[in-house]
Amino acid sequence: MLAYIIRRILASIPVMIVVALFVFLLLRLTPGDPAAIIAGDMATPAQLEQIRQNLGLNEPLVTQFITWSGQLLSGDFGRSLISKTPVLTLIHQRLEPTLSLAIVTMLFTLLLSIPMGVVAAWRHGTLTDSAIMAISVLGFSIPVFVTGYILIQIFAIDMRVFPIQGFRSIFDGFWPFFERIVLPALTLATIYIALIARMTRAAMLDVLGEDYIRTARAKGLSERIVLFRHALRNAAVPILTVVGTGFALMISGVVVTESVFNLPGLGRLTVDAILARDYPVIQALILLTSGIYVVINLLIDISYAFMDPRIRY
Amino acid sequence: MTGQETNDRKGDVLVVENLVVETGGRRPAPILNGVSLRVAPGETVCLVGESGSGKSVTSLATMGLLPKGALAVSSGRILVEGEDVVSASPSRLRQLRATRMSMIFQEPMTALNPVLTIERQLEEVLSAHSQMSGAERRSRIRDILSLVRLPDVERMCRSYPHQLSGGQRQRVMIAMALVLEPKLLIADEPTTALDVTTQKEILKLVADIQKRLGTSVLFITHDMGVVADIADRVYVMRHGNIVEDGPIGDILKDPKRDYTRNLLTAVPALHPREARARISNEVVLSTTELGMTYGASSLFRKRAGTVAAKDVNLTLTRGRTLGVVGESGSGKSTVARCVMRLIDPTEGSIRLRNQEIAGLSRRALRPARKRIQMIFQDPNRSLNPRLTVGDSITEGPINYGASPDAARTRAKELLELVGLPADAIDRHPHQFSGGQRQRIAIARALAMEPDVLVADEAVSALDVSVQAQVLDLLDDIQARLGVALLFITHDLRVAAQICDDVVVMQHGRIVEYGPTAEVLGHPREAYTRELIEAAPGRHWDFPNFRPLPTPSGGPVDGATL
Repeated sequence: MLAYIIRRILASIPVMIVVALFVFLLLRLTPGDPAAIIAGDMATPAQLEQIRQNLGLNEPLVTQFITWSGQLLSGDFGRSLISKTPVLTLIHQRLEPTLSLAIVTMLFTLLLSIPMGVVAAWRHGTLTDSAIMAISVLGFSIPVFVTGYILIQIFAIDMRVFPIQGFRSIFDGFWPFFERIVLPALTLATIYIALIARMTRAAMLDVLGEDYIRTARAKGLSERIVLFRHALRNAAVPILTVVGTGFALMISGVVVTESVFNLPGLGRLTVDAILARDYPVIQALILLTSGIYVVINLLIDISYAFMDPRIRY
Repeated sequence: MTGQETNDRKGDVLVVENLVVETGGRRPAPILNGVSLRVAPGETVCLVGESGSGKSVTSLATMGLLPKGALAVSSGRILVEGEDVVSASPSRLRQLRATRMSMIFQEPMTALNPVLTIERQLEEVLSAHSQMSGAERRSRIRDILSLVRLPDVERMCRSYPHQLSGGQRQRVMIAMALVLEPKLLIADEPTTALDVTTQKEILKLVADIQKRLGTSVLFITHDMGVVADIADRVYVMRHGNIVEDGPIGDILKDPKRDYTRNLLTAVPALHPREARARISNEVVLSTTELGMTYGASSLFRKRAGTVAAKDVNLTLTRGRTLGVVGESGSGKSTVARCVMRLIDPTEGSIRLRNQEIAGLSRRALRPARKRIQMIFQDPNRSLNPRLTVGDSITEGPINYGASPDAARTRAKELLELVGLPADAIDRHPHQFSGGQRQRIAIARALAMEPDVLVADEAVSALDVSVQAQVLDLLDDIQARLGVALLFITHDLRVAAQICDDVVVMQHGRIVEYGPTAEVLGHPREAYTRELIEAAPGRHWDFPNFRPLPTPSGGPVDGATL
């Protein structure tokens, strides 16, 4: 098992190198001189030359790449062109709201969608099944900003249960954190609940037709044990795949939700950086997102081996 | 046994009375039309019949396991030790399962949960139905695993199903079914997916445990050989009805119904037929030292590859049938796939009408492909369900340049040759029965006008009566077209009836090779003898309704097993 994990970790290194190369080339190969973009329209040739010197743009590409990678490895992601603060500090400030939102959303999603999918599959073809699937279609089809504003209207404005917007760190106390994160997390969760409930139902339907489910029933086990111990574990691999990919997507895709609820997260940072052409920040964000994808895929692969003893290294 | 067959219904472990099962939905169709049967304590009752006769439905209804919504009991009673399971509540039904009645299934490969350990799967039966402490459960599990004669019980407990062989898995299933010593064991084709030698061991195990625990067994099978070996009494089913029942001796010697007679006469005799006269000496297919080794060492680990076939030398002449027999894992299918070049052999040569094809590239192989064609085991899956029969048959010839019109005309001729109406050409596979589909598969193979047909277990998925018809058809086609047949089978009875020569394989190597009459009639190798001895019902001459005289004398019972 350990050997398998180590091998999978080693295998993800080339992926990260390719991503880094891509990000590097993105800036170097965009039309126009990066130095000109950085210096702005009013720069003199001498200032441009100065910037080129600073950025090492006169060196051959290979040397530039090596220097740049070296800086990355030592944790130096450069400074924002706009605010002049180190990129790492910027990201660090924004990471917590985004991660909090993603994790709480995932918790809501798992708590609701998996039981929904299991019950729908168990009651396949009945009214319960149709109702759950109808909810899921609804979750898919309503845009995030609509769900968001509807939830705000109901829970924040009419009922006044939760604040309208904003963010508090969990380190400032659980309730202030939770009451502000509930609505955005629910909003973001609707799509994932719809997706994962459907996946769970499909995977469970496949598994419930298997011979070993009949065996489990023939042993006189209760339906709860048949469903959750025998069926769900066998259905876990496809579900986990979607949960993992969904989680990675979420971190890069929270832009709209963060805007609606005015959360100072990575989504907003990304939008701001792109609008301001803040290249070092964009670079770092791409690297970070890819890194998250690679790590989550790694975790999914490793969890397969725990879920299914037939998957071996 | 048969003597205590008085109508003492009170003591019967299982009584089924006028059981009617119908399909669900708006227009219910009957599947069982009033089935009645009974099983006395300690008795082995066989329920035989062809696919679709309703024997599995009967057993599932007894367990209360009919698929919800699809099938339902509409009238009748099923009494297990006097208690009606049809009217029992779901929770009462759960209590009865595993404690009074248990079931083992056909496919040991899929009947166990792949993600739970063997111990866990046994343990949950005990915790669902008993108040045993953890220590008691652990010791009970070890006891029952030794009772079913599994080696190294501690390791078995920790194992997952995929780490066990088919026979071991079926032993685990038996252990699971019997761990609470129920009075009734329902076995639904429990040995059909197993090799003959494993089948023999499992049948013996069930008989021994039955003797020891006094369990009654309702044994469902389509194999008359197995019936002859184990049954006390027999029920014959057809189209949802019991057509005949009686003690085993009466059914085998003096069947009253035509259907039962036909079932018995369709059982291929184990006695090999004489080789036919050679029509030609032209060698159409030969292999020399053919070998296939899987998975040599990889980047991360060093290992010796798995040898699936080694030193296989075969010769097949025009118009002859060469059988390749052996158990699963013996390499017979590997040889078939190598010869077809569906996989690339790692050593040796394959000559198709004097052309070496073992090392040919895909492109160079193309002309040769036409000359060797394959018929697969399961006609339900080997035909594309979305193509019409005509499209399936003509696709190959059109690929090789035949005009669509000519190919279609030829397809009609072939359909007639295999005994199907010419208008079958525009229909889809699902409109045909299993036997008819296998005829279509044969027509498809013949459309390429091959010199060699490779039949990989081509009749194994068919009922005996259909099997006999398809074997006759193959014989007839061979006589007419002179095509050579490489016939892969695990069934010695089938091999004895159709093959001129036979190759016995074990562990990827040829053990014995010669004319069928010699190899199966007077086997020289111990392994061949072992295979023949494991064939169920070998002391009974089914078509003639009498026991076979045996050199050892007397019909078998436990003593010779």
